[in-house]
Amino acid sequence: MTHTQLTSLQRVVTTLGHKEPDRVPFFLLATMHGAKELGLSIQEYFSRAENVVEGQLRMRAKYRHDCLSNFFYAAIEMEAWGGQVIYAQDGPPNSGGPILRTPEDIKNLEPPKVRQSACLAKVLTATQMLKAQVGDDAPIIGVVVSPFSLPVMQMGFDQYIELIYEQPEWFERLMRVNEEFCVEWANAQLAAGATAITYFDPVSSPTIVPKEMYLETGFQIAKRTISRIPSLTAIHLASGRSLPIVDNVVDTGASVIGVSSLENLTEMKAACRGKLTVLGNLNGIEMRRWTPQQAEAAVKDAIAKAGPGGGFILSDNHGEIPWQVPEEVLLAVSEAVHTWGNYPLDWVKDDG
Amino acid sequence: MMEPDTTSEFERALLSLDRVAARNILTSDGFETPIQRVEKLVVPALERIGTDWEQGTVALSQVYMSGRICEELVDAILPPGDPGRKNQPKTAIAALQDYHLLGKRIVYSVLRASGFDLLDYGRVEVNDLVRRARDDRIEVLLISVLMLPSALRVKDVRAKLQASGSDVKIAVGGAPFRLDDHLWQEVGADAMGRDASEAIEIMSQFAGGIP
Repeated sequence: MTHTQLTSLQRVVTTLGHKEPDRVPFFLLATMHGAKELGLSIQEYFSRAENVVEGQLRMRAKYRHDCLSNFFYAAIEMEAWGGQVIYAQDGPPNSGGPILRTPEDIKNLEPPKVRQSACLAKVLTATQMLKAQVGDDAPIIGVVVSPFSLPVMQMGFDQYIELIYEQPEWFERLMRVNEEFCVEWANAQLAAGATAITYFDPVSSPTIVPKEMYLETGFQIAKRTISRIPSLTAIHLASGRSLPIVDNVVDTGASVIGVSSLENLTEMKAACRGKLTVLGNLNGIEMRRWTPQQAEAAVKDAIAKAGPGGGFILSDNHGEIPWQVPEEVLLAVSEAVHTWGNYPLDWVKDDG
Repeated sequence: MMEPDTTSEFERALLSLDRVAARNILTSDGFETPIQRVEKLVVPALERIGTDWEQGTVALSQVYMSGRICEELVDAILPPGDPGRKNQPKTAIAALQDYHLLGKRIVYSVLRASGFDLLDYGRVEVNDLVRRARDDRIEVLLISVLMLPSALRVKDVRAKLQASGSDVKIAVGGAPFRLDDHLWQEVGADAMGRDASEAIEIMSQFAGGIP
């Protein structure tokens, strides 16, 4: 060992500075597996802040990863907007039907008040409790759905695409309303103890909208919104591609980019080197049927491609590990990063 | 014979959402029947747009809007139920469980614009889908999902349809299937489409090449 062992927070901060820490940081973004730890249904688990805190702490002890997450599920924001949440026994709670039936509904739309929303208050309580437990040892990752991506749940994806193309005035008004909510929500999480904010923005991916459109819409919105969030920000495009917009993501003010498993990690690292920390990109869907050996091979491959020089956090490709991924696979991923992620990564050169 | 340039021109009109130009090209001289216009112009253009999305050079919003424009144009020259439409197995499409209807909407538009007729079941749960497919004597069932748990439910749909004596063909599509190449076989589907152009191919195969 040439490095003194760092705390998780020190490890993450070092890699964000594009330097090599003692080991590749590892973010296990397993939101639902905490329910398994506590023997609760997913609905019961997310009903109390205390459950999520206990689940997060137990998982960090078990899987030895480098962050805690206050993320419950994406649809919780829609709950605050008056939408319905549909619970499943084996997956994340889903957003129900749209709250905006026609574009004209945008006219009277007002953002919910974060402090007056019981579901969001639960997340803030969980954040405070996590902070009290972990102090400065590990970062607490907060999450917001971007103003540009929230309408997929607010009005349905097809209606939203038509709105962007055909009704720019309503689109603009919706963005302004959503931006106010997003900024207030992000800053409330920071005030409660979150260390950084993940700006979840799948619609900005070139998989979803053309780059020219992104530059006029999602990019501008991200720049405006992120400039009002005083912490470090990660942009996550879920499983969408991001390589063609890497330099634009840098210009939004984000420091980290979540990378899809559809992306070539070597190319992503080359494009991001010194500018953005790469977060990713283990395939969460395939992970469900990995053997421990396949898990180890996938971790080694990701570290070999993106680990050298720092600026890399090992994680999944979507920001949410599916419920169906077995514990033994997560343990194998953890074991592999603790075995093969120690800097300097001499074995990478040896493996050729 | 259709000039390849005309298809490119039509594709460009679709990608730039120029409905007028697209209509002008589609209704120009050079075709004997409406279905020929669809086969020689709309299908190749939509297939190329689907493939370009798969390769990352076209965005999903463009695939969706192109499909919608073509659907409108084709409905005008070849109304639903028109005998000039394709001879095909009885087909339905559904989004299983998820409130994410975009993928289904895209495939629905692209197939209708390609001359196929299909029932749209909207968003359904397993039992409802099985009942409707059985009652309607569906021969080809297209199932779209976004979330992994919904993808895994296709197995239940297959089992329940099989138990009721149905030998319906099931084709699936959606993000979990794109991210895991083995998943469609695991859930008992007969085919998986990675994009809308593959949906056209799959339907053409199920139709046994009947024009």
